[in-house]
Amino acid sequence: MIDFSLTRAGSTEQAIRLGANAKTAQQGALVRFIAGGTTLVDLMKLDVEQPRQVVDINGLALADVVRNPDGSLRIGALVRNADLAHNPEVLRSYPVLSLALLSGASGQLRNMATTSGNLLQRTRCTYFRDTAFPACNKREPGSGCAAIEGNNRINAVLGTSEHCIATHPSDMAVAMTALEARIHVVGLKGERDIAIADFYRVPGTTPNIENVLEPGDLITYVTLPATTPATRSHYLKLRDRASYEFALASAAVVVELDGKRIRKARIALGGVGTKPWRSEEAERVLEGKPAEEAHFKTAAEAAMRAAKPYRENGFKIELARRCIVRALTTVTSEQA
Amino acid sequence: MADDINMANPAPGTPAAILGSAVPRIDGPLKTSGVARYSADFNLPRMVYAVPVVATIGSGRITSLDATQAEGMRGVLKVYRHGNMPRLYKSNPASRTAQVGETRPPMDDETIYYNGQYVAVVVAETMDQARAAAGAVKVRYATTPLNISRDLSDGFTDKMEVKSKRGDVDQGFSAGTVTVDETYITPIETHNPIEMHAVVADWDGRNFTLYESTQGVANAKEAMADMLGVPQENMRVVMQFLGSGFGGKLFPWTHTPIAAAAARDLNRPVKLVVDRHMMFTNVGHRPRTVQRVRLAATSAGKLTSISHDYASDSSLLDEKGENCGEATPLLWSTPNLRVRASVVRRNLGTPTPMRGPGAVPGLYATESAMNELAIKLRMDPVQLRLLNEPELDESTGKPFSSRHLKECLTTGAEKFGWSRYNPEVGSMKKGDLTIGWGVAAASWIAGRSGTDTHVSMNDDGTVRVVCGTQDIGTGTYTIFAQVVHARTGVPMDRIKVVLGDTRLPSGPMSGGSMVTGSVLPSIDEAAREAMGQLLKIATSGNPAPFPGAKVDDLALTDGYVHLKSGAPASGVRFEKILQDANVRATGGKGSTQSSFESDAAKKFSFHSFGAHFVEVEYDPGIARLRVSRVVSVIDVGKVINARAARNQIEGAVVMGVGMALFEETQYDARTARPTNNNLADYIISSNPDTPEMDVVFLDYPDTNLSSFGARGVGEIGLAGVAPAITAAIYQATGVRKRELPVRIEDLLHPAPALHSI
Ligand SMILES: Cc1cc2nc3c(=O)[nH]c(=O)nc-3n(C[C@H](O)[C@H](O)[C@H](O)COP(=O)(O)OP(=O)(O)OC[C@H]3O[C@@H](n4cnc5c(N)ncnc54)[C@H](O)[C@@H]3O)c2cc1C
Ligand code: SF4
Repeated sequence: MIDFSLTRAGSTEQAIRLGANAKTAQQGALVRFIAGGTTLVDLMKLDVEQPRQVVDINGLALADVVRNPDGSLRIGALVRNADLAHNPEVLRSYPVLSLALLSGASGQLRNMATTSGNLLQRTRCTYFRDTAFPACNKREPGSGCAAIEGNNRINAVLGTSEHCIATHPSDMAVAMTALEARIHVVGLKGERDIAIADFYRVPGTTPNIENVLEPGDLITYVTLPATTPATRSHYLKLRDRASYEFALASAAVVVELDGKRIRKARIALGGVGTKPWRSEEAERVLEGKPAEEAHFKTAAEAAMRAAKPYRENGFKIELARRCIVRALTTVTSEQA
Repeated sequence: MADDINMANPAPGTPAAILGSAVPRIDGPLKTSGVARYSADFNLPRMVYAVPVVATIGSGRITSLDATQAEGMRGVLKVYRHGNMPRLYKSNPASRTAQVGETRPPMDDETIYYNGQYVAVVVAETMDQARAAAGAVKVRYATTPLNISRDLSDGFTDKMEVKSKRGDVDQGFSAGTVTVDETYITPIETHNPIEMHAVVADWDGRNFTLYESTQGVANAKEAMADMLGVPQENMRVVMQFLGSGFGGKLFPWTHTPIAAAAARDLNRPVKLVVDRHMMFTNVGHRPRTVQRVRLAATSAGKLTSISHDYASDSSLLDEKGENCGEATPLLWSTPNLRVRASVVRRNLGTPTPMRGPGAVPGLYATESAMNELAIKLRMDPVQLRLLNEPELDESTGKPFSSRHLKECLTTGAEKFGWSRYNPEVGSMKKGDLTIGWGVAAASWIAGRSGTDTHVSMNDDGTVRVVCGTQDIGTGTYTIFAQVVHARTGVPMDRIKVVLGDTRLPSGPMSGGSMVTGSVLPSIDEAAREAMGQLLKIATSGNPAPFPGAKVDDLALTDGYVHLKSGAPASGVRFEKILQDANVRATGGKGSTQSSFESDAAKKFSFHSFGAHFVEVEYDPGIARLRVSRVVSVIDVGKVINARAARNQIEGAVVMGVGMALFEETQYDARTARPTNNNLADYIISSNPDTPEMDVVFLDYPDTNLSSFGARGVGEIGLAGVAPAITAAIYQATGVRKRELPVRIEDLLHPAPALHSI
């Protein structure tokens, strides 16, 4: 770990100003905000992140969950994952989000982890996290990708490129993707309101750039659109052990049922994509169809059609299919 | 004096009845309140910090090592590397009492034998300064081809070492009507105790004191005296509390002599904590094993032949084999048997014992083969085992000191409900889930090692027992106090147990599940001696509270010395007798002879036994498999502390779940560096993976081993868990994978039912 200075931001403006001193808000950023610290401090100890200045944003008033007049839910950037998972509004209207949060990390970590930090957590690709491996395009642009020919059981099969196959590991962001969340950002150029689908980037040739944030950009809150009484949702996470492990495959499903018919479906996948993976292909298969296993299977096929297996992770394609089918079965068979 | 106490079968209501009861850990409050000091918790005045720099290639040579920048950094005192590393001797390779993990003195040459090898060590005023400077040391390498091949067939040659042999296995094999010939594989596993290896080394100009995370202070003292070239009396090793070891901390690893040498060179105390990455490369692991097992049996299920050939991988530096055939020659009866072993060399760190070394991977193979044989025979796997129970240890011809494996199997079967077992694959259901059942037997060697102890009765009313063994988190402090209480009747809270210091009488290493069996009798002997001296003072001291009485007329109850004919309260507190006589303490010495040297003990084959019955739940739709229920029946002689013993078995079963389903150190094939080298990626069981567990101890005292009848319970619990789980997996899923761990990807495509009875 290198030396760094720590500043407590007294205001949003101050945080933005300090953040804007960095050339990038992506890998290599010399200024980093710290929220719960459960990603950042780890990576600093591992020398993967080497900010010279760390700006503590925990003093900012961004820790509220508010129901807006239009029925949407506004979640402050600093709401702790544990609090959000047990929030009554979330439990009532967005069970998928609560389930996703509770499936992630451990109790202690969720007590520290925040909404914004969770959205911005970094990949668990082991080659990214261990600097003894020189080749990692995400960490050191242009250095190569050690994972493609290496131990890549946990890596992605969707959205990969020949430069990077790392997953985005968040569970929460997968649920938020299925919920079509919007991420609110304040920066040097004012406020922006970004659909979560547009927030993350696939690696392409620049895996070091993971999202649309610019220097100084501060996430202030996330909005979840209102649900209807017919909306049901569910999150299913598959992994080796029963707890405290990232997803090998996960599915967030949000459906609106009209009797037995699926009026609307939103499907997002975790553990398999280079970003929280929305599958419009699967959604198209399902919408207008009866809630039946045959259609779930077709949807799962569609979701994974573009998947590309690597040395050790080909099983994820079938695992993700199973995960989708089961999640849909559960969500459509629950008593409303 | 009460020298007639039956320690193996204590009378109810007497102090000795504490033997076998569920006494809470006496060191528990120290640990939960943070008072207990682990090795890295020692902080000495003027102490500095050492942080290693590790090789990032798996095979080759250092071509340049540039420490200029690091040496100029704030707080840095010195950067050690090949060339300026103070001289270290090799520890005596012929010694059995001074063993080290990796025998090459650190930084002895510029060759890289494995990824992670220490190539330099930075010492600085603070930990952060040392870490920062370690990151600034620039090392260049020339790589040479590396070999970490997982295929160990190079070990399967005519040159395999014959470990045990009787009859003719080939003839026996052809004589069988039903045979199994399969190869089973276990991966490299990393111990991963929560407490990382650590040492604080202090040098006073003449003497070393090492606060060392070790399972054996006595061995560490000798080995480090050897390596640092000082007389043994100038080396002291202290270990008060260990955050577990699982065998990984039996022998000192290279960081320890580095810290000690630096402390002497700099004349400052040095702290060195091995970080989690290095825990995967520099401090040993359970090696990979490939094991071919051939069984043959008559159609009635009598074994006609057992052949067990295996290879394990070791480092280029040391040939350390995994003794997979440890239990094979004695577990089942067969006229024809051969066990052969070999070791192949790879660009990996030196392996080291891990909980149940040899027997645990070995039994995975042989007990899996037994389960496969049962299926081929269309015979119940419990029946098959009962049928092949030997009369005596057929490998030595000696009787077993105490063997109750049949009862383990029958009791377990009954507790588990085995009579409802339906061997047809996928036939047993629980709601939407398919369940599977499996069984396997367990065995682990027992013995005593030589030990000395000292017990004193003090004028402050305490009894103090001291021994240079150690408590590695398993309850040793507590059971030693129990023995003193059993003998003297002095209340538990007045008994002080002092361990983990080479200044104390020499005690055994905490390994091989041998501390309990070894030390208990010597504590008892010492306590009797201390008590006898006390009673002598009581009758003939000046003044003597019981002048003229005979020692035999007196008893010690609850701390009171009194006439046997009178009530305890009519007597005198023992500390009062000492105070009045102006004697600070009486004290006695006890010792136990090693069972490997004792003629009486040599007449028997000492082993512990057990049986595990396992249920798994399988959700085929999502390939999810969980171990739901385990019944373990364990035959370890007399149980001394029911709570600590159960804790050992339950912990071992949970570890066995990890062995069967999760654990494997994965190496990058190009660099030989482990990739899952942290606790998030190296998957072990988590709390929700813990099955419902029922642990039964048969509790038959083994008085051939000691008057207490206790063997030891640390390792047996892990033996046999994995093969019982994989048998259950097969029954639930039809998937027969003969390589651990069995993962979710293996269970995605269950095979159709392969057999039915
Ligand atoms: C052992 C372990 C297991 C885990 N398992 C899981 C799991 O199973 N599933 C899962 O989803 N997650 C898991 N996690 C990850 C965990 O969820 C994240 O570490 C956590 O959510 C990050 O939140 P934080 O507030 O601590 O982030 P921090 O570490 O504080 O920040 C993370 C990043 O976000 C940036 N940042 C934070 N807030 C803002 C803001 N308002 N605006 C702009 N930038 C910001 C920081 O600069 C930093 O780069 C695990 C973590 C660990 C250590
Ligand atoms: S997959 Fe991405 S993060 Fe992993 S090594 Fe390759 S470039 Fe780095």
